[in-house]
Amino acid sequence: MSRLTGGIDVGSTYTKAVVLRPDGEIAGRAMEPTGFRLAEVAERVLGAALRQANAASGEVGYVIATGFGRHQVQSADLQVTDLTAAARGASYFFPGTRTILDIGGQTMKASRVGEDRKVKSFRLNDKCAAGTGAFLEKTARYMGYGTEEIGPLAATSKEAIPISGVCAVFAESEVINHLSQGVAPADIMHGAMVSLVGRSVQLMKRVRMEPEFTLIGGILRFERMAGVIREQLGTEVNVPAGDLVQYASALGAAVLARQRVGKGPGAAAGVLDQGMTA
Amino acid sequence: MTYAAGVDVGSTQTKAVIVDEQRTIVARALTETGANVIRAAERSFAECLQDAGLREEEVAYVVGTGYGRYKVTFGNTQVTEISCHGRGAVHMFPGTRTVIDMGGQDTKAIRVSPAGEIRDFCMNDKCAAGTGRFLGAAAAALHIPLDELGPTALAGERPVKISTTCTVFAESEVLSWLGKGKKIEDILLGVHQSIASRSVGLLRRVGIEDEVTFTGGVARNGAMIAALTVRLNRAPNVSGDSHYMGALGAALFALDHILVHRAPARSAGGAA
Repeated sequence: MSRLTGGIDVGSTYTKAVVLRPDGEIAGRAMEPTGFRLAEVAERVLGAALRQANAASGEVGYVIATGFGRHQVQSADLQVTDLTAAARGASYFFPGTRTILDIGGQTMKASRVGEDRKVKSFRLNDKCAAGTGAFLEKTARYMGYGTEEIGPLAATSKEAIPISGVCAVFAESEVINHLSQGVAPADIMHGAMVSLVGRSVQLMKRVRMEPEFTLIGGILRFERMAGVIREQLGTEVNVPAGDLVQYASALGAAVLARQRVGKGPGAAAGVLDQGMTA
Repeated sequence: MTYAAGVDVGSTQTKAVIVDEQRTIVARALTETGANVIRAAERSFAECLQDAGLREEEVAYVVGTGYGRYKVTFGNTQVTEISCHGRGAVHMFPGTRTVIDMGGQDTKAIRVSPAGEIRDFCMNDKCAAGTGRFLGAAAAALHIPLDELGPTALAGERPVKISTTCTVFAESEVLSWLGKGKKIEDILLGVHQSIASRSVGLLRRVGIEDEVTFTGGVARNGAMIAALTVRLNRAPNVSGDSHYMGALGAALFALDHILVHRAPARSAGGAA
């Protein structure tokens, strides 16, 4: 059976969809901001990914949804947790992955996976913005920059200015203070990244991290982030190329869908949604 | 007559109070703190003098309090806002044993002795959850002026359950409730209840003893008073001067200083 499979990741900030060919190659991908109509945005991004794959919706044999809004996806045959999907997605790019750090717009997750690519341990933060991408977004906004300017801005920094990453709200006065003292916005942005990464490393330690480390999630599209993580871990890290870093979980869902559609082991029902409560 | 003043430089607003020797408030002033904290302190004091019809030299002692108390350059000394809120609350409501102070960026729970001394306190100095900022975020997300938050929430009937702790995430949660078609009144009622439960959590850490006095800028918000009343199972004391409680406490400490240090001879001469 040569059917396509789909993965949809309804994240806190962006919704991503990936369509896989039967041979496991990516045929199409698309994303857009999640907004508040989760069911609609999910169908729209899947449609866009299918168009990129030059495929009709009838050619899709199986769709798996993941992310915080996975239960709103009407066209999904199955839901899996973000952690399960991330483990498959990260292993697709880097089979040696044992620890995954996933930093999204409003979440941060660290997980340890086994050789079987299943989640062995995880920790997550979705309670406090200071430990998620929202910290960088807020810092940028206090300085008058938009989200898409975070990457280019931080790239020009020579030196990180320490920012206390305790509260994304209270960071405002600190940022304004630095600006009024003539500190470059780039160095403040860099400092916010150092602070966020400090929190990430704590989370990774709590899952008893071991190499290889793979970084995924929308915040890793800011290239400086991977550099800061490398510095703090003192070791090499894997990062999917380009925008694929944002698609890792959607891709993982599509990989699981491909197993479900007939090939490979690990398709037993009911085992996929374990490991995490919504 | 000798006068004493207290200037409370808060994160959001700066308050000044002048009291006479009978501990009666003769004038009050309120100004936005803004970026120039020293100017804000000077401005509030000048406005307060004007309100009282006094000249600066008629105010014998000034105490600065609040996070910007060291920027009260004309102040004679500084006292922490914890002490000042406790003192002000006990002065206004002598039965006060517990104080909940909700300001623009922090919330404090204070337990006081009958004499107004601090027994214990607890505050959220690290995280903006459950502070006035949480209300500010909701107001910004819904495009409602701060002053209308309370009245709007009081019209709510079926409060939504706000599940986020973080002020940053509350903003998107508020918008998502709006996207789900919930009424603004019900969303805001939920926001007030969420802050009230966090505050009561803070109060429990110091121990809740009758009477509870509610101070700080948020004490002007009727919906917050109502939400606290439900969570506490008792109505907190609220005064029209709740907002000035820290400045009042500071002014009372300033008056103490004047009365204690007044030499008998000068006292006779100094009386108006």
